Order: sequence, then C-alpha cells, then structure tokens
Amino acid sequence: MAIKDLPDIECVIPGSAACPGCPATLGLRMVFKALGKNTIMVVPACCTAVIESLYPNTSFDVPVMNIAFEAAAAGASGIEAALRKQGKKDTTVLAWAGDGGTYDIGIQALSGALERGTNFIYICYNNQIYSNTGIQRSGATPYAAWTTTTVTGKTEFRKEMGDIIMAHHIPYSAQACVSYPEDLYNKVKKAKSIKGPKYIEILAPCPPGWRFSMDKTVEIGALAVETGAWALYECENDVVTFNGKSKLILEKKIEPKPIEEWMKQQGRFRHLFKPERDEKRIKEIQEHINQVWERYRKCYLRK
Amino acid sequence: MKVMIDTGNYVAAKAAVMAKPDVIAAYPITPQTTLVEGIARYVATGEFKGEYICVESEHSAMSACIGASAAGSRTFTATSSHGLLLMHEMLHWAALARLPVIMCNINRVVGPGWNIWADQNDSIAQRDTGWIQFYCSSNQEIFDTVLQSFKLGEHKKVGLPVMINYDAFVLSHTSMPVYVPEQKEVDDFLPSFKPLWKLDVDNPITFGNIIGPAYYEKVRKAMQDAHEAAKTLVPEIAKEWKNKFGRYHGDLVERYKCEGAEYILMAMGAIGAESKVAIDNLRAEGLKIGLARVRTFRPFPAEEMIKLGKQADLIVIDRNISIGSEGALFNETKASLYNKSDAKVHGFIAGLGGKDVTYQDIQNICKKVINGKAKDFEWYGLEGD
Amino acid sequence: MKKYDVVTSISYPKKGAMGKTGSWRVFKPKLDKNKCVKCLQCWVFCPEGVITKNKDGTIDIDYEYCKGCGVCANVCKVKAIIMEREAEG
Repeated sequence: MAIKDLPDIECVIPGSAACPGCPATLGLRMVFKALGKNTIMVVPACCTAVIESLYPNTSFDVPVMNIAFEAAAAGASGIEAALRKQGKKDTTVLAWAGDGGTYDIGIQALSGALERGTNFIYICYNNQIYSNTGIQRSGATPYAAWTTTTVTGKTEFRKEMGDIIMAHHIPYSAQACVSYPEDLYNKVKKAKSIKGPKYIEILAPCPPGWRFSMDKTVEIGALAVETGAWALYECENDVVTFNGKSKLILEKKIEPKPIEEWMKQQGRFRHLFKPERDEKRIKEIQEHINQVWERYRKCYLRK
Repeated sequence: MKVMIDTGNYVAAKAAVMAKPDVIAAYPITPQTTLVEGIARYVATGEFKGEYICVESEHSAMSACIGASAAGSRTFTATSSHGLLLMHEMLHWAALARLPVIMCNINRVVGPGWNIWADQNDSIAQRDTGWIQFYCSSNQEIFDTVLQSFKLGEHKKVGLPVMINYDAFVLSHTSMPVYVPEQKEVDDFLPSFKPLWKLDVDNPITFGNIIGPAYYEKVRKAMQDAHEAAKTLVPEIAKEWKNKFGRYHGDLVERYKCEGAEYILMAMGAIGAESKVAIDNLRAEGLKIGLARVRTFRPFPAEEMIKLGKQADLIVIDRNISIGSEGALFNETKASLYNKSDAKVHGFIAGLGGKDVTYQDIQNICKKVINGKAKDFEWYGLEGD
Repeated sequence: MKKYDVVTSISYPKKGAMGKTGSWRVFKPKLDKNKCVKCLQCWVFCPEGVITKNKDGTIDIDYEYCKGCGVCANVCKVKAIIMEREAEG
C-alpha cells in the first residue's frame, strides 16, 4: 500500500484535546483508514479518553464506549457478543488501550478475552508510561528510563508483552510503530480480515513523556526500530515474520544502530549521559537488546 | 402455569432465561454457582438462545454486561459477596451509564475469615452505586421479581440496573414449589428491550468522556429522578403482575397483619418470611403487632416508613451492620421519620455471619421491646449472652 | 445525527471540540508549493489530521486547527515545509 493510496477516511476530528505531536492520534488515523467507520471502539482510562475532548462534544466520528481502566477487553467482549446476537457480522469491535491498561491493570481481562476467542481487535498504543496521569512507570517502561515514579531511572527491564500474547496462540498478533504507517495500515487491515482475537501493539513515542521535541515523534519511533529497541513483526497462526528494517536486523543484513542514538534524543535518559556517562547502565541496555535479538533469531529466523 | 420445585438459584436461572436476555456474562462463586450452572444447562438444551460469556472475573462479568447493554442488548448476570465487591467499580459504571443490567446477588458474608452463609453486608455496601435493590423472601418471589425487574429497569423513566438480593442457602439452595408461567405469558408481560441510548455505527456518539462538574451533577440528579420514578413503577408493575399471574409480594414494602398494630416489625430478606410465623404467634398471644417487610432498599421507601411510623412504634432487625454506626435499615428508617413522626424505633443486629434467626428469636426481640426492656439499638443473641 | 433523550455522559462529534486549536501554535508550518514533490509524508504523519490532500496531489493545511507541532516539517524530505514563528499578538 503506497501512501498516496491510503483511504481518505478520517475518524479523529481536528480540534481535539491531543497534545501537539501526539502519537496516539497519529496511530488512530492509520487504524481507522484500515478499519473504516463500521467500527465500535472501547477505550479504557488512557490519553485517548482525554483526546476525545469534553462533554457534550467528542472528537471521534465512530461510536466510542469509555470503560474502566482494567475493563477494555471485557467491555469489548460484551459488545462483540451483543453484535453477534444481533447478526451484525461486519462491524469491527476495537479495544484501544494504552500500555498501562494493557501490560498492567488490564492484562487479566485481555488474557480472558483472548482465551475465550473473542472476535475483536485489541490495540495497545504503547508509550511506555502512564502518560495520562503524568508520566509514571508501567510494565512497558524500559530499563533506566526516568519517570515520576522512577526518578533515578527504572530498575527493571520491560515486560515482553508480545511473548505473553503469543502464548495465547491467537490467530494474529503484531507489533508496529507510528513511524511506519503503511506497515501499520497493512497489519490492521489483515487483522480486520481474520476472525477471532487479534492483538496489535503500536509503539507510540510521547513527546512530553519521553522528553523530546514535539516535531520528532516520527523520527524517535523510527530510531527505536533502527536501534532494535522495538521490533516490527507479525505472528499469524504461530508463524512469526519480521517486517521492514526489523527483518533486516533479524537476518543480520543491516547492523542495528547503537541504542545510544535513540536514548540520547530523549530527556528521560539524560541522566545516563549527563553530567557524566553512565557506562554501566548504557552497556547493560545495549547487551540486553543484543540478547533479545539473539533470542528472536533463535526462535524466529527461518533457514 | 406449571409448578417447578427447585432451589432459589435454579428458579432465578429459569426466570432469567424466560426474560430472553441477549447476553449473559457471569463468573461462579459460592453460593451463586448453581445459578450459573443452571444457565449453562439452558444453553445446552437450547432453551437459552442468547450469548453466554463465561468470563474470568466478576469485574469482567459486569464490564461485559455493560458493553453488551450499551450495544443495545438485554443483559443478565449473577454474583455474591466477594464477587459483588469486585464488581463495585462497574456497578457505578452501569448505573451512571443508565444501562439496565439485571443481576441476582446471593447475600453472603464478606471475609475474612471465609464464611459462605447469609449476611447482607455485601449488598448494603453497594447501596450508593445507583442500583435498584430488591430483597426477596421466597423462591416464588425471586422468580417473580427477576422478571418484574427487567420491566422496571428497562422502563424509559428508569433506565437503571437492578439487583435482586436473596439469602445464601436459606433461599439459594432450598427447594420450594414455584409457579412458572408459560413463555408466551412472560413475553406478553415483558416487551422487547428499547435502550435509552446505544453504540450505533450509524449514529456515532462517545459515551463517558470527560465531563465538567455542572453537567456531572445533572447526571446524578437524573439518576435520583429515575429512583423516584421507580417508587411509582414498582407498585404499578407489581399490580400488573398480580392481575396477570395472581401473585403479589407487596411492592416497596410488604405489609403483614399491620391492621391495628401498635408495634410493627421490619426486616429484609428471608428473616422477613420467618417473621410472619413470629407475628402469627405473637398475635395469637393477643399482642398488637404486624410486619412490614422491606422489599426495595433502593429506592428507599421513605414515604411508607412515615405511614408506618404514624401508626406504630417500629422494631427493625438488620442482618447487616454499618460498622461505626448501626444497621442500615434501622438507620435509614429513623432518618425517614425525622420530624415526621414521634414513633419509637428500636434496632437489632441479628444473624450476621449466617447465624440462624428463628421465629423464637424474632418473638424474643419483639417481646423485649413490648415489655420495655429493649435499648434503642442492640445486638441480639451475641455468643455468651 | 440523532440525539438521545437521556441525561448521561453522551457526547456528539464536533469539529473543534476543544475550540480553534490553531491558537495553540507558536510556530506555523509554511508550505513552499514549488518545492513540494507531492510525496504526502506530511499528510500521512500529521497527528491532528489537519493536512488535506487534493486530487492533484498537492496539500492544504487547515490553520484553524493546526497545533504547530512541526512533525510535517520534520518529515518533509525536500524541506518544502518550514516552521515560522507566529507573529506576536
């Protein structure tokens, strides 16, 4: 799908409450280009609940059900069951949640819905923090990153949500990034065509949360992929395929950029470089990423 | 009309299925378990034609019902005790969203320590969620109230979720004969669900985004108005039911032998049924006493309380305790009477933790009051007394 | 659009639900149509969806709602969009 061929349809109406440079609206625009307006969206507590803007107006042009923080997948299950009973087979049920609502408080309901075979698409837009509440750590926050609850840097590595999802052996799951809109579009389009539970995670670099200039959202996302901090892949019926630059890194056709190049651009890692370089932690992070990719290669590299 | 001899839970399952909900989402918990098993049997036999979602928690059960109801479906669920407490957040959600989810709650003790017997602290802890609350005292009343609740909750003037409470084991696991109408008769009584609003791709609205204080206050006020409307509709629906099926359990309050009574005993749930035996015995002794069994704790029947208070002194038995205060029914009865009647009101806590409350116990309580020996508020029959 | 007769938190779609968000801008994206190669990177990456594409592949920017984040200028490979400080007052 070439960019010029992406559908014109827009479901996020201009003049919303989103921060300038917001990756969530960027992602949502692509998601709805793929899903179209015959979609019902469930949103738990997350930035998107704010982006919708204030009652009695909304910035979304599809039906949206806000639901409690831990309840997105369960609420979607109910909507999906209702539509099935009503014989509305062509309406897509989309749960759109942040990493807090997915990795942490919402993981139980998500796991339950995946296990039950709920016919829906669950998308986690992952900005690696609780950004709506003002930048607190989540299970998706990377090691050493500053947040308001990890003031000297997080002391744990992030949860591998993609692996947890794959353990449910659902028909389709994928990782994408707002910086690769065609890849994201194709993944959502494919998810829409498959029956059963689908999970897509979109890396969503957050300018105020990651402490970078708001014009760099796309650049920071691309660097995450180029350094290997984030992988683009899809898993269809247990077969994992890496996409784009992640595929080239997996196959060792290109060398990933040093992780420093991604971290240096973000204020949340500033303490690793100033006032002096924290060699120990920078090395730990690089080694961790190398290990992750070695594991990917062992599991997913096809001879 | 057929007779079904079965436990409160199976009777509730039967009533729920006869209401033809589109979606049931539930999670098992003792002593509600046989209710969800009952639903599963109706799924297997094909008698239940809706979607049955076996969720992974009560929180998800209520969330799924909320999603389904918002998509325009009739919904039902059931729980008890800790399950109800886990739902607490979503109980508010359903009520504020004005979604008429219908739910049976089997009143059970809240731990620790683990105790599965009857006690109303679970549902009393949910009194401020905006749900309509019924308390039943027989299996027939459970059956009839479940069906009436769909009509009440889905009424355009109400549009609220309804909780039908009944005692663990005393009703949930005790078999009684129950008259079951024909499906066609139920269909005639209960119209199809017309939602107040719904998630509709042809009319995209956003439910529940950020709302300022002034608007939010109006949402609360509208819920209060809906409860006021329910005070009128509960009797109307009860009368319609009586005309159709010949059975009447009272509406907001069931009065029993209140004519000429100088004392009126008040209770909710199965103690209310046991109290009828006590009243018969006390009346046989020549004591002028009646029973007012409170069926709806929300909306609270304040006007009925005032009428009772103008007639007699009141004796309230609570199978719950608002720790640091008093029994919930006692408390709210007194609040209703304030400045409106000079009746003396006596409160007793009895039967917590599932302790048996027999008709002799109830007679003892009443006599203590009549003989002028009772304090304003006391615990009945504490171990060692 | 059908309005529901119930008092709860139901909101209806509206352009500029948060007002004219163009007033949030400090820097304004300025397009040089002569430099533009119609690659549509700015269109696809605009977080607010205020860049519209025309049939001939050219683009327009809706300044009423553009928040001035500068993503469009940053993704423009031929520097056809530059960010200019808004005039004072």
